[in-house]
Amino acid sequence: MRYILKKIASTLITLLVVSVVLFMSFQLISGDPATRMLGTSATPERLEALRAELGLDKPLIIQYLSWLQAFVRGDLGTSYVYKQSVAGLLATKVPVTLWLAGISFVLMCALALPAGVYTAKHAGSPTDRVLMVANQVIMAIPPFFSGILISWLFGMVLRLFSPGGFVSYERSFWGFVGYLVFPAIAIALPRAAQVAKLLRGSILEEAGKNYTRTAYSRGNTTSGVLYGHVLKNAFLPVLTFLGMSLANMLAGSLVVERVFGIPGISTTLLSSIGNRDYPVVLAIVMWIAVVIIVINLIVDILYRVLDPRIAEEG
Amino acid sequence: MKDLVARMRARIKQLPHPNLFCAGALITAAIVLMVVVGLFYMPYGPTVMSPDRMQGISLQHLMGTDKMGRDVLSRVMYGSRITLLVALGTMIIGAGTGVLVGAITGYYGGIADEIVMRVMDVLFAFPNVLLALIFVSLFGSGTFKVMWALGISFIPSFARVVRSEYIRCKHLDYIKNARLQGVGNLRVIFVHILPNVSGVLLSNLLIGFNNAVLAEAALSFLGIGSQPPFASLGQMIAEAQAIFFRVPSAVLGPGFVVVLIVLGFSLMGEGIRGTSEGLE
Amino acid sequence: MRNKTLRLGLLSLALALVTSFALVGCGKGGSTNAGGDTSTIIVGTTQDIDSMDPATAESAATREILFNVYDGLVKPDTEGNLQPAVASDWTISPDGSVYSFTLREGVKFHDGTDVTAEDVKYSIERYRDSKTGGSLVSAFEAVDHVDIVDDTHVDVVLSEPNTDFLAYFMIGITPAHVDDLDANPVGCGPYRYVSRSPLENVVLEKFDDYWDPEGAAHIQNVIFKITTNTDSIGMELSGGSIDLFYRLPETQLDQVSNDFTIYEGTMNLVQALYLNNSVKPFDDVRVRQALAYAIDPQQIMDYVSGGKGVPVGSSMYPAFEKYFMPELSDTYAQNLDKARELLAEAGYKDGFTFTIQVSSAHPQHIETCEVIKEQLAAIGVTANIQEIEWNSWLSDVYTGRNFEATVVGLDASALNAPSMLSRFTSTAGNNFINFSSSAYDDTYAKAYAATDEAEKTELYKQCEQILADECASVYIQDLPSFVALNKRFTGYEFYPLYAQNIATIRPAE
Repeated sequence: MRYILKKIASTLITLLVVSVVLFMSFQLISGDPATRMLGTSATPERLEALRAELGLDKPLIIQYLSWLQAFVRGDLGTSYVYKQSVAGLLATKVPVTLWLAGISFVLMCALALPAGVYTAKHAGSPTDRVLMVANQVIMAIPPFFSGILISWLFGMVLRLFSPGGFVSYERSFWGFVGYLVFPAIAIALPRAAQVAKLLRGSILEEAGKNYTRTAYSRGNTTSGVLYGHVLKNAFLPVLTFLGMSLANMLAGSLVVERVFGIPGISTTLLSSIGNRDYPVVLAIVMWIAVVIIVINLIVDILYRVLDPRIAEEG
Repeated sequence: MKDLVARMRARIKQLPHPNLFCAGALITAAIVLMVVVGLFYMPYGPTVMSPDRMQGISLQHLMGTDKMGRDVLSRVMYGSRITLLVALGTMIIGAGTGVLVGAITGYYGGIADEIVMRVMDVLFAFPNVLLALIFVSLFGSGTFKVMWALGISFIPSFARVVRSEYIRCKHLDYIKNARLQGVGNLRVIFVHILPNVSGVLLSNLLIGFNNAVLAEAALSFLGIGSQPPFASLGQMIAEAQAIFFRVPSAVLGPGFVVVLIVLGFSLMGEGIRGTSEGLE
Repeated sequence: MRNKTLRLGLLSLALALVTSFALVGCGKGGSTNAGGDTSTIIVGTTQDIDSMDPATAESAATREILFNVYDGLVKPDTEGNLQPAVASDWTISPDGSVYSFTLREGVKFHDGTDVTAEDVKYSIERYRDSKTGGSLVSAFEAVDHVDIVDDTHVDVVLSEPNTDFLAYFMIGITPAHVDDLDANPVGCGPYRYVSRSPLENVVLEKFDDYWDPEGAAHIQNVIFKITTNTDSIGMELSGGSIDLFYRLPETQLDQVSNDFTIYEGTMNLVQALYLNNSVKPFDDVRVRQALAYAIDPQQIMDYVSGGKGVPVGSSMYPAFEKYFMPELSDTYAQNLDKARELLAEAGYKDGFTFTIQVSSAHPQHIETCEVIKEQLAAIGVTANIQEIEWNSWLSDVYTGRNFEATVVGLDASALNAPSMLSRFTSTAGNNFINFSSSAYDDTYAKAYAATDEAEKTELYKQCEQILADECASVYIQDLPSFVALNKRFTGYEFYPLYAQNIATIRPAE
């Protein structure tokens, strides 16, 4: 319990550091938001008034603190380009990425875990060899390339979906989910290959350990040993990677959202960077940082629950 | 010469998976050969346009021509050069700085270490492409800026590995002895400990190189990086989507080259490390 | 115990996989209208809209959409003639200083209120006072005041008389009681605004109380879908997620399946290599001319659009039949020796290097840049191409004038000569190339003030001649326009300006 509290505290400090760095760098780079909002033809008086209104005439540290205060309250500022609240803008984009990440994650696990267990169990068999080579190849395919091929195969040849025909969940929930399955394949495939490989290696390593041999000698069947003892321990190293994958998926897949025309947070981030709409960029990057840090925290805690041995070291 | 070949062969045979290594080396050699040949000879200039727009595969154009009549093969040769150069530069910047940061924080420890590593932890968790994109938004776009952006985004992964190695090594007896004998800290860091880390570093370099290739391809697919008319592989694929049905080879050609680059390096890495090791 | 949990876990994962594929089976992913549904049309557009308020909408892509939402006092037809709209009739005083409008009765705004003389006065005065507005709005600075004569008659009095001013009244009439049109767009056009999602879409629906039964919409719902990936449009059309796309690049014609009718026209814009006349070396007319001699528009058209397109030699496109001077495109027939000579005279014997900034949302402009780069290399001039986001282009290049050169297409915001020519007067707020010529300013002022039609036309043509002679920019072409419309629909009409009138489109059967 003390450990968890300590971990949470350090997480909060990390977030704070990240926010300071981000805030300062965007402030330094983006120049004067007032000029950006009013255009270059605005009068000096109007600029001055807006600066005062936005609090830009105050020292940077005060600006940061008031931004932080607003951020904690959930007020992310106003987009320069869309002139609406950033929170309102993101409220429509985040669910899209959440769903895409969720479907990708489920797909990834569904593909990788059986494949990993199977190849470990039948290590050295022809199926194992074929699958391991396929794994290597799949890992080498960049998601945008597989995305194009998936669009073509499932969209144009098999006609299972219409490329670019994203519909928002408000209009049609099943159309929304049905569409996201295909980009999810592009996201899940290379990671599934990695997980499968990792799991296989981990199981084989565990299987070589003493306690496993003991279990065999007691007359346990192969499956029994595999599921009962090995898998639990073998799963630990995979857990970190699963956590990292989920965090990456929640951070949004830039290329896959582009290939499939999905208006998620990556698309918003990309266009906001282009538009130099820094309140939006800052909010999205902070969101990603929060997601990543929280998931790392959860993985850490899960680790402790599953494997009490670590507690002694930390 | 003969001796060298024999020794190399012996070394390769000692690897956990000599076959995988050889397959990877062959693929990589083919790609490198293509890039090297491209330095001296290309079928056509990579930016030379012709009225033969959007032609399919023919003897004149082995990968067809793009929407402005440029030879896709020549552009692939040129684009692979950009992709490999950026990946290489990324590794030099990322690994170089990462080793430095990891070595110093790992060796000295303390509050500075704590702060730097907290930031590194967060940066490490961000996907490389995303991190590079944020840096690009601060620096601006262009081939070299992308190289810097990617380089910086790769620092944390090296810093973390090197740091933990240094923490492990600094408690080893012979290091303690060296320090007791009054060897300077810098000398201990770079002369005594660094060689110990090189094995771990090598396998991380191979993985990192692959990730750099994939990240560069993704960024250039998004239109960030080299500016037209020059294109690295990702941009070529993005543009060729527009003529995918008419000239599939304009998408598939550069696409397969990316796959082969990554596959070659990852197979070599597999061969050296053996499958049972974790990936990252 | 553990054993069971793990098995259960694996089983549930397998189940998840199966269900997620089953989902695809029943709820076919994404939106397709392939079933023959003609109540909704999905229109693709490659740029996010910049504003729903006609006063601040800048890009043509936005105004194309707004054309369906806002009706003005007058409205253009497909020939380019102005037809009555909110105004049923009008008279113009002989000197062009007073425009008297008779308002049509029974015109309603989308919120159900009537369009009143007050609203008309409010709208025009708002456009006049809006300093940060688009190119169309700056024309309203010429309005002195608006008089409400009675409930159905409004007089607009100009401070500088202009017989050509009528076309500006195409701009939307908006209700005086709505404050923020960007957030809450209310007009009186054939379609009403429903919703907008940034980077995703703009949704419109048929306005049932539209004043004109003949011009009323046929299709109930219109979704303008924002497709930032311009390279995948062919696939999206064929895959059924877009029904209408009106800026299809020639290269993607082959990608489109037989389910589509292709209409061919021109984009009604002047594509040029616009040069910032106030930065070195483009402040020297010889340098500008050298570039013009080195660049061959025909070759650009060959490489970018398979030879389609109409060459232009000044800031006027062919749809302006009255003003367009085809002969001007011969002013600088490609002549590399001449180009080198001019460069040497200007002191750039060994050439120079400059940067062309181009919007990443416009593949044709980027491709044009690539051809230009090759052509300029022949005279030792190095052009670096820099792709930037459309919004950055608007703020840096167009508004900020912080650029050396750019390739873009300029269109007319109204169907009159000033909308193509006024921007090149040295004091114009939208003179983003900083062109400055006293001869041009004088001629333009004379043309603007002239009341005799023939004389006016002649003077405007002189303006075009000056732009060509001074080589304000390297004029290239009016781009070809390919419109792909799903065969479930018919009735697409080309307009000689930015309008995309969705109301003319109807189900095919």
